[in-house]
Amino acid sequence: MKTKLTRRDVLKAGTALTAVSLFAEPICAAAPPAEAVTPALIEAAKKEGKVVHYTSVDLPLAEKVAKAFEAKYPGIAVRTERTGAERVFTRIAQERGSNIHACDVVQSSDAAHFVVWKREGILAPYVPEDVAQHYPPEHKDPDGLFASYRVYLCVMARNTDLVKAEDAPKSYKDLLDPKWAGKIVKAHPGYSGTILTATQQTARDVGWDYFERLAKQRVMQVQSASDPPKKLALGERAIMADGIEYGVFQLKETGKPVDVIYPSEGSPLIIGPNGVLKSAPNPNAARLFQSFMLSAECQQFNVDLGGLRSAHGLVKDKPGRMPMKDIKVLKDDAAAVERESEQIKARYSQYFKV
Amino acid sequence: MTVTASDQPVRITHGFDFTKLVLYGFALALCLLIVLPMSWLVYYGFVDKSGAFTLQNFITLANDPTLREPFVTTFILAFSTSLICCAVAAPMGWLVARTDMPFRRTVRLMVTASFVTPPFLGAIAWELLAAPNSGLLNKVYRMMTGAESDAVLFNIYSFPGLIFVIACYTFPYVFVLVANALDRTPGELEDASSILGGGTWVTARRITIPLALPALLAGALVAFLQAMTLFGSPAILALPAGFHTMTTKIWSLFQYPPKPELAAAASLPLLILTIMLLRAEHMILGRRSYAVLGGKNSAPRLIVLGRLRWLALAFCFIVLLNPVFLPYGALLNASFSKVASQFVSFSNFTFHNIYFVFFELSATRLALYNTFVLGIATATIGTIVAVVISYLTTREAVTGHKALGFLATAPVAIPGIVLGVGLFLSYTRPPFVLYGTLWILLLAFLTLAMPAAYQQMQSAFKAIHPELEDASRILGATRLRALREITAPLLRTSVIATWCFVFVGTIRELSAAIMLFTSETKVISVLIFDLNESGDLAAISVLGIIMLIVTSCIVALANRLRSGGGNVRLRDN
Repeated sequence: MKTKLTRRDVLKAGTALTAVSLFAEPICAAAPPAEAVTPALIEAAKKEGKVVHYTSVDLPLAEKVAKAFEAKYPGIAVRTERTGAERVFTRIAQERGSNIHACDVVQSSDAAHFVVWKREGILAPYVPEDVAQHYPPEHKDPDGLFASYRVYLCVMARNTDLVKAEDAPKSYKDLLDPKWAGKIVKAHPGYSGTILTATQQTARDVGWDYFERLAKQRVMQVQSASDPPKKLALGERAIMADGIEYGVFQLKETGKPVDVIYPSEGSPLIIGPNGVLKSAPNPNAARLFQSFMLSAECQQFNVDLGGLRSAHGLVKDKPGRMPMKDIKVLKDDAAAVERESEQIKARYSQYFKV
Repeated sequence: MTVTASDQPVRITHGFDFTKLVLYGFALALCLLIVLPMSWLVYYGFVDKSGAFTLQNFITLANDPTLREPFVTTFILAFSTSLICCAVAAPMGWLVARTDMPFRRTVRLMVTASFVTPPFLGAIAWELLAAPNSGLLNKVYRMMTGAESDAVLFNIYSFPGLIFVIACYTFPYVFVLVANALDRTPGELEDASSILGGGTWVTARRITIPLALPALLAGALVAFLQAMTLFGSPAILALPAGFHTMTTKIWSLFQYPPKPELAAAASLPLLILTIMLLRAEHMILGRRSYAVLGGKNSAPRLIVLGRLRWLALAFCFIVLLNPVFLPYGALLNASFSKVASQFVSFSNFTFHNIYFVFFELSATRLALYNTFVLGIATATIGTIVAVVISYLTTREAVTGHKALGFLATAPVAIPGIVLGVGLFLSYTRPPFVLYGTLWILLLAFLTLAMPAAYQQMQSAFKAIHPELEDASRILGATRLRALREITAPLLRTSVIATWCFVFVGTIRELSAAIMLFTSETKVISVLIFDLNESGDLAAISVLGIIMLIVTSCIVALANRLRSGGGNVRLRDN
């Protein structure tokens, strides 16, 4: 009872603070104190009995994490609502506009969404202990509204049966070679937050010219960034122009004929934050789930089984995968994605026709 | 005779005739159902973001090639589909209804199977079959001919591929209409022709075909409209190929940031086009009376094909390969295969996909539940409404029945996705806040099911000559009693058929559902579409097979009921 009251107070304070300031003046940048997972929280969460998670994580992985949570906290069912990050964003806006509050915890591969949600004041401040202790400052919101649930790259890849390592394209520019026409699969920035974020970085550092010419390569256009690795594994296309690194890892490590290519111009860095909504119908289960997702246990699980990378200080890389420090990475810029999102989508459709 | 009946008020002892009240009630409900979202559409088509009147939306529409091209594409698509459907379905319908081809019942059953197959599921199955590189058929082709590893026989991600797949699941509409019309054509007309010396073929050409022609034209129209308003198949096959149809374009206009004004403007020309087509159909059908089922009929006579009958059967089999046998096979294969694009063998057989769908995929149960609740509710309510409205319009029972008939057919002109938007706009604000509930989906499904249900019931009513009802009323029954005791039993098979029609139509509806669902009200079709966008083909296959099994069971059940009552269908009196 007492904790609940305290949290509510904190919530109110947080609302007031976010309402007052957009981009954190020093006094407002104070995150609420870290909260441990107490028996009282678990008890309250069990009373609620369920938690609804809107996410853009590749479905099988998202469901595995949900099952791990259910196993650890029996009696709390997780419902995973998985779709592309841009759709998650539309959905949240639509449901909020109609005063529907179904979502407890939200995850997006487009970090710009959290800029918007923070500005709109719909996120609840909540800092799990793990986040306070083990997450570097660039991976958590100064006001304690969200933290990086997953970190990964948007990469190129090949089907190893169809393309030998020495013949494989090494850079984005290599994909423009006529010999790859009709052999490339790529995902869509109107659906996928990963691809929107990646398109912003690639257009900035490699140039829109690349996309304009790539569009003439008879590209197979799929929606989700988790689909191109699957299309490679099926043998439907030989080369993936963009898609999730963790999907390629998962498939490769289960024996499918795929392998990552880190383009020489650099691979876009994707950060997927996770946050609890203020309007969460199951506020306690939401906090418990948020806490679990950002724990070392879940993060290690994500790395080992999911092929993701983690911002958590205690989580170890899986041997056999190239460590992040050896890869040329393009810089992420959520604020710029937020500003340019509409224009990027429009320009993309202009080139690719869909 | 009828005049005499109404001139004898003394005989009517039941007091107030409730008919009119019931009739106007339904009329009002229908108006609300259709007029409300449509008004929002029109309103949005003519305003700008601030709500001021403008024509700018239409100017943008005409000037922007990315908005104009999908129109042309859609028109060609719908036209080709309609043509192919007629070319295939008309001969099949005739073979099944009027010849002694073997396995006629089985062929009918298989056409029903392709009819109950959701088109988007068919499209996904055809991805498995004819994706240029991983498609099973292309693999078989390369295996058999030893062609190069990038040789491609079929490419389903193409315009012809899309037309083909849409035609696969649209031709049953034409088939059903043609076959039913031929079933109903009484034998004595043909007998008369024979008696007057007309041979088999002369009779077919001069009696049977002209009698079936209206049904064929109606079928062509339905196929055209169906292809035009379809959303799932183009979203699955056209987008990877890099082109839009009208529906996918409108859908993309609602992605963030949404542009409802443009989408509304884009849908209005289609509405007008459809109204014109419907007028044309009315003119074709309206010239003559097609009350072919009176009190005295004899069974139609079958044409003896002789040795050609096996050729005919082969033709039917080859046609049915495409919508039924091959896709079902591909889905079944993918359900049990570790890699969806590989044939099941000892080394890659797995139950994991089934396990995943039932025990890991947390959306499955809720989606199944929602789908069934909506399917049953829509089918039941929709059939009742359709019966009443068809009665009103065919018997011209109330003033304004023409408007009613038009309203019931109008939704055929509204792409599901646009209706979804209209409903979204109508029911997300007071006084009717229905978004986020199953009610809004029920309204959408009812509206979308209405044209098909209405047309089915209407043709059933048209085929029953009013003389039967008149006889009842002459003997003193009220309109409702005549309806209950004479018309209803005669209509039983049609009612059951319509219920099934609406049920299968509802559980496979995607385009309106995709605009209206929330996480709490997701249905199977939306779940499958979601899974397709993230490329989880194995899970789709399992869900698809479940969906097919369930619908087949319901159709089989309906068929059993039907064959019980089927003989009532006035064979001869």
